[in-house]
Amino acid sequence: MYADAPLRLHRFHGGLRLDGRKAESFPAKIHECPLPPVLSLPMHSPRDGKLQACVMAGQRVRAGEVIAVATGLAATLHAPASGEVIAVADAIQLRVAEEFDAEAILRMPPLDLASADKAQLLQRIAQAGVIGLGGAGFPTAEKLGGAHKASLLVINGAECEPWIACDDALLRAHASEVLQGAALLARAIDAPRTLIAIENQMIDAWNAVRDALAGDALPSISIVPVPTVYPTGGERQLVEVLTGKQVPRGGLPGDIGVLVHNAGTAYAVFRALVHGEALTHRIVTVTGPGIARPGNYRVAIGTPVEHLVAQAGGYTDAATRLLLGGPLMGEAQADDRVPIQKQHGCVLALRASDLRSESLALPCIRCGDCARVCPAQLQPQQLLLHWRANDLPRAENEGLFDCIECGACDLACPSGIALTQGFREAKHGIGVQRARVERADASRRRFDARNARLARDAAERAERNAERSKRSASADAVAAAIERAKARRQPPKDEAP
Amino acid sequence: MKTFAVGAAPHVPAQNSVRRVMGLVLLALVPGVLGHLWFFGPGIVMQIALAVGFALAIEAAMLKLRHRPLRPFLGDLSAPVTAVLFALCIPPLAPWWIAALGMLAAIGLAKHLYGGLGSNLFNPAMVGFAVVLVCFPREFTHWLPPSGLMTNADTPGFVDSLTAIFTGKLPPPWGWDVLAQATPLDTVRELSQRGETIGEIRHDPLFGDFGGRGWEWIANAYAIGGLFLLWKRVITWQTPVAVLGTVIVLSLPLWAYDPDIHPFPLQHVFSGALVLGAFFIAADPVTGCTTPRGRLIFGAGVALLTLVIRRWGAYPDGLAFAVLLMNCAAPWIDMHTRPRLYGEKVR
Repeated sequence: MYADAPLRLHRFHGGLRLDGRKAESFPAKIHECPLPPVLSLPMHSPRDGKLQACVMAGQRVRAGEVIAVATGLAATLHAPASGEVIAVADAIQLRVAEEFDAEAILRMPPLDLASADKAQLLQRIAQAGVIGLGGAGFPTAEKLGGAHKASLLVINGAECEPWIACDDALLRAHASEVLQGAALLARAIDAPRTLIAIENQMIDAWNAVRDALAGDALPSISIVPVPTVYPTGGERQLVEVLTGKQVPRGGLPGDIGVLVHNAGTAYAVFRALVHGEALTHRIVTVTGPGIARPGNYRVAIGTPVEHLVAQAGGYTDAATRLLLGGPLMGEAQADDRVPIQKQHGCVLALRASDLRSESLALPCIRCGDCARVCPAQLQPQQLLLHWRANDLPRAENEGLFDCIECGACDLACPSGIALTQGFREAKHGIGVQRARVERADASRRRFDARNARLARDAAERAERNAERSKRSASADAVAAAIERAKARRQPPKDEAP
Repeated sequence: MKTFAVGAAPHVPAQNSVRRVMGLVLLALVPGVLGHLWFFGPGIVMQIALAVGFALAIEAAMLKLRHRPLRPFLGDLSAPVTAVLFALCIPPLAPWWIAALGMLAAIGLAKHLYGGLGSNLFNPAMVGFAVVLVCFPREFTHWLPPSGLMTNADTPGFVDSLTAIFTGKLPPPWGWDVLAQATPLDTVRELSQRGETIGEIRHDPLFGDFGGRGWEWIANAYAIGGLFLLWKRVITWQTPVAVLGTVIVLSLPLWAYDPDIHPFPLQHVFSGALVLGAFFIAADPVTGCTTPRGRLIFGAGVALLTLVIRRWGAYPDGLAFAVLLMNCAAPWIDMHTRPRLYGEKVR
């Protein structure tokens, strides 16, 4: 019943077949990560938005209470646990109450889902602080609101980077909730059709979703096995695989009537709309050869990585690099005090032997293997050339900003050139250049405005002076003034007493 | 708290290396070398040994002069690839200094003076070959007939080949007059200029089913190596298909128009260095084009120029010159053949 017309899948350009290593992350079970003594909730958002704390140091808060409000592309932050705010600076430090009843969380008032309209659904999703949990961290309500009329909702369960298994674990454990979340998301944008994209190697997740679909009778939702090619989980790549259409350059999937949300996001939407829960927890894969007991954990936002890794048995002796994210796009951390934020789905510890060597890269031999694997259909070898020649406008023209920084070119490069890092630097360079130009423009505008003002003032002054001197220069005026002065000095004799 | 060293993403190593790429190219040349050995005797082995030796020595000297580390660059196997390609193009009994001069021009001049691996504008092997061909044309008349065509004896053996290479003299019973023979392409050129038809020329025992006897088998061996490189994704299909396809497309109507003057398309393909060139020389990534459409244009250009030089030029096989000319054009072609980006409207 759920499997309507069989979907013809398409290919996206390039990509890599990588060893998934998912089994090393044990996605069959989700462990509960106990609360740390202190949660740390950073005030910076993964996007351009800003967070403003609405609590003060010393204040006691309840689990589920709003502690920071968002402006711009950011999402409201809630206290994941009851406790006392001990500091508010770059991050809100929350000392977790010792006797904390996990059930006594503050919920949003119940919403009548049967009658709620689209605006109410979006408002509730925004109030719950839901952002895209796939990594980009875009506020979900903004994304839903921006899609005028989507004909297709895609739930992204294609976890393409090796080791990451949080969506796999979530789908195995909570398939039904994810589906209901998907149905609510579809309602919020009036999408007539929903596809759950799952990598064809995630057999157990697939079975769980299939069983849930059979039980829930959601006729507009189907599951689609997508090929396990990196980066199928990339939004633009997934859209092409499912629809055969490419998102226009510089545009969004909404431009072709498609909206993509991560499976974890659908789950968070379900919790928010059905249970009135804010997004305060997420599933995180703690894994890699540098972790003693890899696994998947339900973690309170703000939990330090240190605490989470301790739950997973700590590091192995060989652990030399700590990443938030996967091996291709993850961000290296200098220490493990960093807290888990909403967009973090994976903590990965790698050994020195897993890492690319920092030694000398050979020169580019222009083999074009990078272009062959590039999902953005760039010619990285040419971009490299322009970048090295410091010809940034040319690099930009050839698609520098279309680079999604997936890292596939680096893995394909026989010379071991750090292409992705180069492109990041080039983008940054253009950004800095542009900011400098903007600053220069602004100060030039200010300078011009000042000059104009000064010139105007001078002209007015000159005019006034001219006026005055003209008046004073005329003989009548002088005579009149003398008369006036005389008149003041000599009182009329006739009228004297 | 534990601290870690940071690094830029992606964090995992590349799945390929220049050494592997060049190693696969060398491996792909093995069938061709064996064919050469079969038809022209042990000379090729000595030429390869000489060329590789000179190439590595010159590479090391140039790296030293340019203050570059020796290990990574000597180990990348790019110099041996250049050397083997050069050795396959010269007569098997050419004197030893041909290899020395060729490698000096190839590695010293064409490669390192332009900035070393990856920076050279011209295909080093073809520069080396062109220099010795232009400077010492006499040595290039010393091609051997493929085995089985010899009038009085077999191909020279190991010792005799060695003597010939190092002294320039062929010990009796051979002498250059007896042994040396024109290549099939030389023959076609010379006889057709004398007014003989292709049909008459092909009666010469020098010719086989398509190209020259022996030569065509070596071309097949190169093609096997080339298919191996395609399968291993070391090269892309565009260049070889463009080279071979253009040769056939251009020579077919001419041949159909007048088969007495214009050779059969497959005779073109299986003569000279065309198959070697299609898979190993025009497909050289550094000096060829890098965009997919650019590679098609580059290959077509190489084929066109080769045919033009074969027909009207001063040399029987123009492949080396064709490749060098197209090398000049490659950066410009790349500039104008950028493929459509993801989501970009068709221009």
